[in-house]
Amino acid sequence: MEPAYVTSSWPSLGMIWWRDLLRFSRDQSQIIGSLSRPLLWLLVLGFGLGSVVTSVGGLTYPEFLLPGIIGLNLLFASFLSAISIIWDREFGFLKEMLVAPISRTTIALGKALSGSTIAVLQGGLVLAFAPLVHVHLAWGHLLATLGLMALLAFACTSLGILVASRTTSFEGFGVISNLIIMPMFFLSGAMFPVDRLPSWLAVLVRLNPMTYGIDALRAALIGIHAFPVWFDIGFVAGFAALALWGAVWYFNRTS
Amino acid sequence: MAPIIEVTHLSKHYGRLRAVDDVSFHVEPGEIFGFLGPNGAGKTTTIHALCTLLQPTAGAATVAGYDVATRPHDVRRSIGIIFQDSSLDERLTAYENLNFHGILYHLPRAVRRQRIDEVLQLVDLAPRRHAIVKTFSGGMKRRLEMARGLLHHPKVLFLDEPTLGLDPQSRSHMWEYLRALRAREGITMFLTTHYMDEAEDCDRIAVIDHGKIIALDTPAGLKRQYGGGDRLTLRTEDDAATAEALQQRCRVSVERSEEGLRIALTNGHAGLPEVLAACPSKIVALDLHHPSLDDVFLRLTGRGMRDTDANELDQLRSFRKKWNLRT
Ligand SMILES: Nc1ncnc2c1ncn2[C@@H]1O[C@H](COP(=O)(O)OP(=O)(O)OP(=O)(O)O)[C@@H](O)[C@H]1O
Ligand SMILES: [Mg+2]
Repeated sequence: MEPAYVTSSWPSLGMIWWRDLLRFSRDQSQIIGSLSRPLLWLLVLGFGLGSVVTSVGGLTYPEFLLPGIIGLNLLFASFLSAISIIWDREFGFLKEMLVAPISRTTIALGKALSGSTIAVLQGGLVLAFAPLVHVHLAWGHLLATLGLMALLAFACTSLGILVASRTTSFEGFGVISNLIIMPMFFLSGAMFPVDRLPSWLAVLVRLNPMTYGIDALRAALIGIHAFPVWFDIGFVAGFAALALWGAVWYFNRTS
Repeated sequence: MAPIIEVTHLSKHYGRLRAVDDVSFHVEPGEIFGFLGPNGAGKTTTIHALCTLLQPTAGAATVAGYDVATRPHDVRRSIGIIFQDSSLDERLTAYENLNFHGILYHLPRAVRRQRIDEVLQLVDLAPRRHAIVKTFSGGMKRRLEMARGLLHHPKVLFLDEPTLGLDPQSRSHMWEYLRALRAREGITMFLTTHYMDEAEDCDRIAVIDHGKIIALDTPAGLKRQYGGGDRLTLRTEDDAATAEALQQRCRVSVERSEEGLRIALTNGHAGLPEVLAACPSKIVALDLHHPSLDDVFLRLTGRGMRDTDANELDQLRSFRKKWNLRT
């Protein structure tokens, strides 16, 4: 009879998660990047386009844009952290995990959790800019926002890991993730309201999980939304489950 | 006792290349089993297949009684490996790397602490335990990698060129510990190496080339069979007369060369007095050579044992440097 500690995979899962957080905390360039990227978008897009678009549904354009920028930042950060799986493979550390007595599922899940945690940390920094565009949050709204961000980040990271476990090089991952990130962002209603679009575009927008993630963020941050919030959450959660399942399945099959 | 590793008709192909080609052998519990072969012979590929990292193209293997294809998880619970290529997280500290390993191998907290201290002491890295691995020298990284492989005391330990790039003192340290560990816990070791003295210490050796095992025996057995016998080199004041006298009186084959007379003996120590007694002229110099594993290796593969490793290590280093610039 073997002692009970042998069978639990929670400590391993926690360790895989914690290791990526440690790595992130030691990488200044990533931290600076995650601050400067949204700031730039918010300033350039918000105030640049804001001089043309005066108001959207009674809100100033920068206000309207804030949830979209948070979503975009989550999307970018999620894909960037999914790269760590390629990184680990390239530098041999993945072998250390693959020969250990833990399941492939634990590894993939640990990676998805650490990736989304880092993405939320990065995306959360954008919230610090909220007062800049005159969005002031109550504690309840802040908590709701963080919860939604975690869900959206988990969905995006799982997708990123699915892509990362299918590509073998950084370059390949860069190309494919751009092919995914750009349409996901531009077809999400992050920059424009989704209720007055030509129908062909509306179809694409409605299939995009980012649309619902950003819609829910908008509900929490500035009080407007195009779809019922429960539907937003359900759609993103469903997509997250599907992407995670795909990532775990693929990772199990290939390594 | 049942073998702890059993390999039957194992093959691994990469496209047309047969990296491992229909290999069969077994390893007894507690044995130190050496895998010798030139670069690209298929040593690492075999080890990776046994460690469940690679799916074999054909054939089967069991490790610690579990089939690598159908019971990979049980195999992983039973083994430890020191990889040929670096597999450390260089952004973590030495301690963090070891702790990560300890948790993945389910070592309880107290055991983990104590073992980490023990292995850090062993590889002389205790004072650097909280330093980031990136700041270590190549040899220090290698030592840390060894320490990590030993942390969880596996039943079967795979060592893929474990002492590559280590200084002689660290190497002998390492081996002392490995032998003590084997005596205490009966660990089986599966080793690849390009160092002759390490190969000499194996219980049995398989020589592999182009994916096939071409000889398998104890070091002494290999030398007896493939070493080409003992060789006496003799220089006398009159080599020509000596050659003639020896050929007639001792019935040995004598060959004249730059360095003197080369005499093949089946058993050097026993044959030596007879040859010397029969020698008609005064001896100037004498050298008795026993076959080494190097001779065996050269004869079997047509290459010296240490032909290319220095190069490889350099390549590894420059590769790392290239990437460090990017990170
Ligand atoms: N992923 C791969 N794809 C294609 N070929 C490979 C791959 N890995 C190894 N090989 C080839 O398989 C053969 C055996 O390689 P292996 O790494 O097992 O050699 P080795 O005996 O460990 O050599 P060394 O002493 O240099 O470590 C080589 O010819 C190598 O080029
Ligand atoms: Mg090798």
